[in-house]
Amino acid sequence: MQSFAYIIASILFIIGLKQLGSAATARRGNMISAVGMLLAVIATLAGSGFSWTWIIAGMLIGGAIGAIAAKKVEMTGMPEMVALFNGSGGIASLFVGWASQQNPGPGGLTTASEIPLFLAVLIGGVTFTGSLVAWAKLSEKIDGKPIQFKGQQIVNIAVLAAILICGVLFVMNSGGTWNPWLLLIVLLSFVFGIMVVIPIGGADMPVVIALLNSYSGLAACAAGFIISNTVLIVSGSLVGASGIILTGIMCKAMNRSLGNVLFSGFGSASSSGGTAVEGEAKPISADDTYYILEAASSVVFVPGYGMAVAQAQHAVKELAAQLEENGTEVSFAIHPVAGRMPGHMNVLLAEADVPYEQLVEPEDVNPNMPATDVAVVIGANDVVNPAARTDEASPLYGMPVINVDQAKTCIVLKRSLRPGYAGVENPLFFCENTRMLLGDAKASVQALVSQFKED
Amino acid sequence: MNNSDLLISMQEKIDAMQDALVGMEARIAGLMEEAAATEQVAETASSGNMGLTLFVFALAIFLGVELITKVPSQLHTPLMSGSNAISGITIVGALVALQNVPADSPMVIILGTLAVITASVNVVGGYLVTDRMLGMFKSKKEG
Repeated sequence: MQSFAYIIASILFIIGLKQLGSAATARRGNMISAVGMLLAVIATLAGSGFSWTWIIAGMLIGGAIGAIAAKKVEMTGMPEMVALFNGSGGIASLFVGWASQQNPGPGGLTTASEIPLFLAVLIGGVTFTGSLVAWAKLSEKIDGKPIQFKGQQIVNIAVLAAILICGVLFVMNSGGTWNPWLLLIVLLSFVFGIMVVIPIGGADMPVVIALLNSYSGLAACAAGFIISNTVLIVSGSLVGASGIILTGIMCKAMNRSLGNVLFSGFGSASSSGGTAVEGEAKPISADDTYYILEAASSVVFVPGYGMAVAQAQHAVKELAAQLEENGTEVSFAIHPVAGRMPGHMNVLLAEADVPYEQLVEPEDVNPNMPATDVAVVIGANDVVNPAARTDEASPLYGMPVINVDQAKTCIVLKRSLRPGYAGVENPLFFCENTRMLLGDAKASVQALVSQFKED
Repeated sequence: MNNSDLLISMQEKIDAMQDALVGMEARIAGLMEEAAATEQVAETASSGNMGLTLFVFALAIFLGVELITKVPSQLHTPLMSGSNAISGITIVGALVALQNVPADSPMVIILGTLAVITASVNVVGGYLVTDRMLGMFKSKKEG
């Protein structure tokens, strides 16, 4: 009976994931997968011998924390939230592994359960501290720049080797209330999680979050092998696989290999190169911007992380509405790695009620760019850098970008003339047809909106 | 052959490949059911089902890859947080850890309860935040 319920739950997860893949069915898909989860939990609790007090207390506490966090979080803070939930799932698998060592059930521990136990603790621990570091970088609790030191790779390899040795020793001797090898594995996996994420720059966080998401699934999958539980194995590996795919998509959008993202510390001072850019950026006032936009018949907005920081999405939506009222054709070009999380910009604009038909991907918008009157870049930088097409010396070279420099006019909203998050100079700012509207993005957009309203 | 012809023929090929994939998915889902059902039998028979669990694992990985490859980029965030919520399935492991707890072992209680708490955060938070996000995705038709 329980196995039957687990099969149904697994099927619900599969259907749910599939429906999450299309905008029209995504919300229902999420509900279906939640029903699957509920079914799996109920089926598990249909057994006997549970410590009900602790289970109910744990569920109430954890559920309340999760519900409050999910309700309170700002859409701009979504990458941080996803990172924290990831970490929470990771540490849960670590606890499950550890608790199974203490309470192995009637059969006791065998090699077939000790190896996955080791993996659940290891992957769970890495996911936990890795996610915490990602969270700290995203929320700027620590510097988003890559943290690198000499011999870092050697230290990492040494830590990993130590973990594997502890793993072997644990499998040989897995008993005891305070098993020294297991404790060492917990500790070292925490260290390893920190070590692998600190050298990765803030702009590469979309890749890291997708990868950690995959890890949290694999940790759950390992936990499933400990107790030979099919629903854990199936859903854990589904998440593991989907996370890997998403990681691949992100890497492709940056034209870099996963190894390059993980080990190169992109955006550190040493790697920011490229041909120095000569020329003078031409500033523009909000008044002049208004005249240009007012006369335009097609406008493409290109949002980036700066829009999230300035919380400008609602103002941008209002400006888009004013332009549409004015008879202008408006679209939003969204680069896959704009922001700090896969699909970050889409979530923000959805929050501001921008219909998803207006959100277009770079490969659809680029061919029409030369016919576009105005491209408005809001807090995006590296994803619109033309050096990625033209300058072979640039570290961004080869990355697919949105070709805003080909629009008839390009207006860049920016706080200052600093280079972007990746620390790479942007020749776009010095283009003949580029105008810089300097200042806070939200204030600038609001100024434009009020100009339109006065009209 | 000019460019647009080439594009059209490529599009046709992609469409055909997608159809093939959908067919494969259906078959995999069927296989998974079978595998899970077989495993049910194996479970009742005896232990020693490592081979079968590995089989289920391999199929599920394959299925996960097939399911996700076609997702449009605008759905990446909800997909990520939605699949993240699914990884909270480790809560089942946490519940099992609190089953038949040996008397006089506070360690199991502490670890198991911590596992239930953290997994619940992941499950409840993950599903709610995904739902909240998807509630904001509106089509023009819906206003």
